[in-house]
Amino acid sequence: MINFQYVQATDVADAVRQTDGDPRARFVAGGTNLIDLMKMEVEQPTRVIDITRLPLRQVEPTPSGGLRIGALVPNTDLAYHPLVEERYPVLSSAIMAGASQQLRNMASTGGNLLQRTRCAYFYDVATPCNKRTPGTGCSAIEGLNRGHAILGTSQACIAVHPSDMCVAMMMLDATVHVTGPTGDRVVPFADFHRLPGDAPQRDTNLNPGEIITAVELPPKGFASHHTYLKIRDRLSYAFALVAIAAGLDLDGDTIKEGRFALGGIAHKPWRDPKAEAVLRGQPANAATFTRAADVLLRDARGYKYNTFKIDLARRCIVRALGQAARATPQSQSHKKIA
Amino acid sequence: MAGYIGTSQSRIDGVKKVTGAAKYAAEFNAPGLAYGSIVASTIAKGRIVHIDTSGAKRVPSVIDVITHQNRPSMADNDKAYKDDVAPLGSPFRPLYDNRVMFNGQPIALVVAETSEVARDAASRIRVEYTEEPHVTNLFQQLDATISVPQPTNPSEAVFTPPSARGTPEQALASAAVRHEGTYYVPIENHNAMELFTATAVYEPGGKLTVYNKTQGVQNVQRYVCGVFGMKPEDVRVLSPFMGGGFGSGLRPNFEVVLAVQAALALRRPVRVVLTRPQMYALGYRPAMLQRIAIGANSGGTLDAITHDVITVTSQNETFFRQETGWSALLYKSANATYAHRLARLDRPTSSDQRAPGAATAVYALECAMDELAVALKIDPLDLRMRCYSDRDQIRDRPYSSKALRECYAQGAAAFGWDKRNPAPRSMRDDGDLVGWGMATGVWDATQMPITVRIALSAIGHAEVACATSDIGTGTYTIMAQVAADSLGIPLENVSIKLGDSALPPSPVEGGSWIAASVSNGIATTAAAIRENLLQIAKTMPNTPLANVGPDDVALAGGDLVSRLDATRAVAIVDVMQHGGIDRIAQEKTTSPVQDEDRAHNTHSATFAEVKVDEQLGVIRVARVVSAVAAGRILNTKTAASQILGSVVWGIGMALQEETLIDHRFGRVMNANIAEYHVPVNADVYDIKVIFVDEPDDSNPLGVKGLGEIGLVGVAAAIANAVYHATGKRVRDLPITLDKVIGVA
Ligand SMILES: Cc1cc2nc3c(=O)[nH]c(=O)nc-3n(C[C@H](O)[C@H](O)[C@H](O)COP(=O)(O)OP(=O)(O)OC[C@H]3O[C@@H](n4cnc5c(N)ncnc54)[C@H](O)[C@@H]3O)c2cc1C
Ligand code: SF4
Repeated sequence: MINFQYVQATDVADAVRQTDGDPRARFVAGGTNLIDLMKMEVEQPTRVIDITRLPLRQVEPTPSGGLRIGALVPNTDLAYHPLVEERYPVLSSAIMAGASQQLRNMASTGGNLLQRTRCAYFYDVATPCNKRTPGTGCSAIEGLNRGHAILGTSQACIAVHPSDMCVAMMMLDATVHVTGPTGDRVVPFADFHRLPGDAPQRDTNLNPGEIITAVELPPKGFASHHTYLKIRDRLSYAFALVAIAAGLDLDGDTIKEGRFALGGIAHKPWRDPKAEAVLRGQPANAATFTRAADVLLRDARGYKYNTFKIDLARRCIVRALGQAARATPQSQSHKKIA
Repeated sequence: MAGYIGTSQSRIDGVKKVTGAAKYAAEFNAPGLAYGSIVASTIAKGRIVHIDTSGAKRVPSVIDVITHQNRPSMADNDKAYKDDVAPLGSPFRPLYDNRVMFNGQPIALVVAETSEVARDAASRIRVEYTEEPHVTNLFQQLDATISVPQPTNPSEAVFTPPSARGTPEQALASAAVRHEGTYYVPIENHNAMELFTATAVYEPGGKLTVYNKTQGVQNVQRYVCGVFGMKPEDVRVLSPFMGGGFGSGLRPNFEVVLAVQAALALRRPVRVVLTRPQMYALGYRPAMLQRIAIGANSGGTLDAITHDVITVTSQNETFFRQETGWSALLYKSANATYAHRLARLDRPTSSDQRAPGAATAVYALECAMDELAVALKIDPLDLRMRCYSDRDQIRDRPYSSKALRECYAQGAAAFGWDKRNPAPRSMRDDGDLVGWGMATGVWDATQMPITVRIALSAIGHAEVACATSDIGTGTYTIMAQVAADSLGIPLENVSIKLGDSALPPSPVEGGSWIAASVSNGIATTAAAIRENLLQIAKTMPNTPLANVGPDDVALAGGDLVSRLDATRAVAIVDVMQHGGIDRIAQEKTTSPVQDEDRAHNTHSATFAEVKVDEQLGVIRVARVVSAVAAGRILNTKTAASQILGSVVWGIGMALQEETLIDHRFGRVMNANIAEYHVPVNADVYDIKVIFVDEPDDSNPLGVKGLGEIGLVGVAAAIANAVYHATGKRVRDLPITLDKVIGVA
């Protein structure tokens, strides 16, 4: 932990102004990720801008029938919000599958999007890591990579994005509202997080000085046929080995539209239009789900310790789509898998 | 003497603990307290060439940076660094010289006016090393193992393999049914909640008071005296409360050396608190690779057993425990042979962790027995009964007591074992595979010499003092219960003093021996007080106790009364008044009765039910019944908590726990309790604890101790249940879902 300057922002414009073009300035919301990283000396901000007083705590319906979620809405409040529970239960479920009660109480919507990978080398400044210190090498490729990615990896980095909430938002086609020195913009969720490529130090396409103000959900919530299934090494309080958010729009037994996004397997919440296309117009059964899984995983590749994830992901996709089709979503409190 | 002993009593220190009034080592303050932050090595082996402390020293309110170059004087011989429970070899000496022996080794201490500044400054220290090749992987050392050293005295002999019996090779070759398997348990860290801390208060004249998280205050006191050449009267060590030890606090850890170094160098009080990652540079349960072969005849009794073990230790010390002996002790087998080898790694020395040796070795033995039962096509519990022995199989002697049969019977009944379908994959619940497994547990019942002082006042208040520790198990409470019953006073009238090196001598709190030692110690001292009172009472005019012998009186309800005739009694207050005193104090040492003709052990039977998702491999431990035979139970509540905690630990050992080392760096990569998994609430379902009746006369109170027995066998019972559920035998822990996925 190093000495740093602490300032409070009074409004969104002020927060952006306070970053002052300094790449080492950081916003702090819940602090559940940033402060840990600071203690581990991974983040060494010169200035920490406290944004918790900004008026970004509303969850409001949009005129088009969607929902706008302020960037500072705590994860717990969002999960238990009546409109979310009713219209986007998959989002509630995904949030409840993450972290612990205490963490969810502190964690913010914006911070959750920007939480960094849990790759052990990223966290340990004594080891090489391209994401933390570009050009030093990736320790995970030949190292302990049980939790790492099987899709979208690069020679530079095989880390995964750890969020559960984001997987559901990806499935729901959310958009991210940001404000920066040059004004406001709206980023589709699929374009928000990046693949590592040759710049793994950049997790997202957010530009320096930009702040997330809200996440917007379009009207479609898959409230009747959905699930969030998270598989991990203990029954709670562990990051996903594989997680999946699924939603189906059914006409009898036939899939009108099917969507699924995976967590724990790539540098960003992973969705594949080709895999979803397999579902369209098909009967909602295991054979269909397996075909879709095979398409999504067609380029999957494992490393020394995580090859099992390919098989696990396939099984999770089939199981989760089945849960959604049967309208028996996975409970996050009862741990038996539905 | 009855009343509190054997009842369910809440902890007498419970309110203090939950209100924060109980002070831990990091909570003792002193005027002018400075804070130390440890800089740890980032290589596993080599030499420090240069430490650049200039960046740290420039940070305002940094007081000093202590390294091997400017530390205060320390002893230069191994003997001085040997604590009471040190293994063979050359103990690690913190900040002694420029050698790096393991990754995460402390190499500098930054001392500052606040802990934040100390931590900031510590991150500004730059170290240059020359690296040497290291090895931290047991599997790379398999060709370079050494045999455990031959014992040079009886206390070392308890850790070396028992001698062979009969002709095991031939017996194995000709056995009707054979099972042979290799089992692996990885390195596991203790992960106690409280971080290791030392607050060393320097007092004018150079005396030290050290508040330290430890399982042995006098062990730390002797160690500090040895290392720094100080006199015992100048060093006092206190540890009134401890947030979990599990063996990690048996030996003094490096934080106490660093805090004392800084306090002596700066002549002011200094506190050093480890960070969570630094906790992984302490001792750990050694990884264990073991091969067991068992041969049985078709009647299901054993003909032969061989148990070969490799465990890990450091380059500088030779730590090992009795691993193979449990296989030798437990079951009848005319032919047997045991071997224990060690792999030296460039790591800190491995150490005791809850049921050291047994938790790992009995895991393998009990899985092997399960596999043998499958091969023999008999029920696993039935196999245990056929191989049951009422005699210690190593030394062919009876047990002081062994109610293992009752553990099997009562555990099986409570679990419903008779409804088990023996075929793997045959039982289901709502789509999940259901598996039932069981295992035996065994541990030592040991008593150690201990000294207890009691002061009883005329109005019936007692202060009981002993330098033992309460590592979280409930020692305060059982001490008070025994004292209250022995002195015939209410529990509230007893105050307990422990965890202070200035108190009467106690061994370290480990090996499950404190309950038996301190309870009998209290009874002995209380008897001395009673005799003392009786002597005075006999001099009272018209005393009703004139002809009563010392064993025929008891203390009850504030009176000294004849056991034979309750009408013959005098009030203690009157006795003291007559003697012209207002309190009686006695200090007595109690040693165990030598009883080499009998074996002294605790036993358990664990029954576990797992539910496994057939497609995804997710395992839930739905139910555990643990039946324990551990002599007299002093407090059913704190005792049951020990067993519950052990079962939870066993769930972690079976399914989750593993210290992950990147062998390229020789560095622990999951050095925090988010990534190093232990069970959370969601992992723990129904646990039932049964204490079977087990009268024992090894000591007057019949106490055996039970901090460790509850863990032994749990991992095996769960592993066996996973096999029964899935038909897949996983022989390396932890059984993570990737090892069973695809059983569908
Ligand atoms: C032990 C542990 C277990 C966890 N388990 C899980 C899990 O299972 N699943 C899961 O999904 N998560 C898990 N988490 C992560 C947790 O969800 C995140 O830490 C949390 O969501 C981060 O939110 P925050 O508000 O605390 O972010 P902060 O720590 O305050 O910030 C994180 C980052 O976001 C930036 N930031 C924050 N708000 C904004 C904004 N509005 N605009 C721009 N930048 C911003 C900060 O500058 C910082 O870089 C776990 C965390 C811990 C510590
Ligand atoms: S996977 Fe990415 S985060 Fe992990 S070590 Fe490699 S570069 Fe760093």
